Amino acid sequence: MPVFFYAFAAISIVGAIALVCFRNPVSSAISMVGSFVGLAALFIGLNAYFVGIIQILVYAGAIMVLFLFIIMLLDLKAPSTFKRSSPMVIVGGLIIPFTFVIQLSAVLPEVRGGNPQALPLEEAAKGFYDKDRDPDKQSEIYNSLRQKSLPDVNLVGLTLFGHKGDNASIRTPGYNFPLQITGVLLLVATVGVVALSLKKKKSKSGGSES
Amino acid sequence: MASLQEYLFISGLLFAIGLAGVLIRRNIIVIFMCLELMLSAANLTLVAFSRFNTGENGLPDYNGQVLVFFIITVAAAEVAVGLAIIVALYRARQTVDVKDLTSMRG
Repeated sequence: MPVFFYAFAAISIVGAIALVCFRNPVSSAISMVGSFVGLAALFIGLNAYFVGIIQILVYAGAIMVLFLFIIMLLDLKAPSTFKRSSPMVIVGGLIIPFTFVIQLSAVLPEVRGGNPQALPLEEAAKGFYDKDRDPDKQSEIYNSLRQKSLPDVNLVGLTLFGHKGDNASIRTPGYNFPLQITGVLLLVATVGVVALSLKKKKSKSGGSES
Repeated sequence: MASLQEYLFISGLLFAIGLAGVLIRRNIIVIFMCLELMLSAANLTLVAFSRFNTGENGLPDYNGQVLVFFIITVAAAEVAVGLAIIVALYRARQTVDVKDLTSMRG
């Protein structure tokens, strides 16, 4: 019985429920950190170490600090500002996700190939053997796989940047161009944030903007 | 190790909780956090399929994990822009309650 799976799944589900239910936005943000840490542990349980660490660094680190900073900046933590939604909205907001979960549990038994199997690391190493190099100067991926450890970061990098030659038995279209586009997206987002947060100095009467 | 169905169910449950939060809550920052939760739930689906859909060499399909990497990058940019919009909105209207933000008749 996968104890760790159920423990971390419970942590992430409880954190998500607490995120929705807490009145105080600061408590919501903290419980969201718990939910994301549980989710990152689930990623690591799926042998996706790189994605799990990125999840903790980016979501539980950077993004949540940004949320907390904004909540504190706007000073929303007073519970007196909390207003409850109307009962109709609450009922509707519970029925729609509940219907979604019921549909999901009806579909899930149809999913094939769901049996967990251990990764054949030593056999996979054969696909990364390079004949043109000395046997003791093989790639990091080959050496790690031979020692029965999964070189997760190297494999993600190989998939991301593509590879030359046929010695690497991994199928990838190469993601160099999407990576460049992502860089442009981040630049545009930075410029947009600066443009949005600039105060307008031209307002004549001052008014509500200041 | 749990089966693929269990991972997908947890992912769907997280997505449903996030959807409920988006529909129920009135604080726009909490709504935004619930949106992030839904994105992460989708990431869990991708990683689970990547792990269980092994290739010819028996290793996970790393294309799925690269997609998760891109999603996390885009989510980080989205959070930065979204929070800047919320701060600008708060400066203009002095509120973060979506019931008070009805000038677009939503």
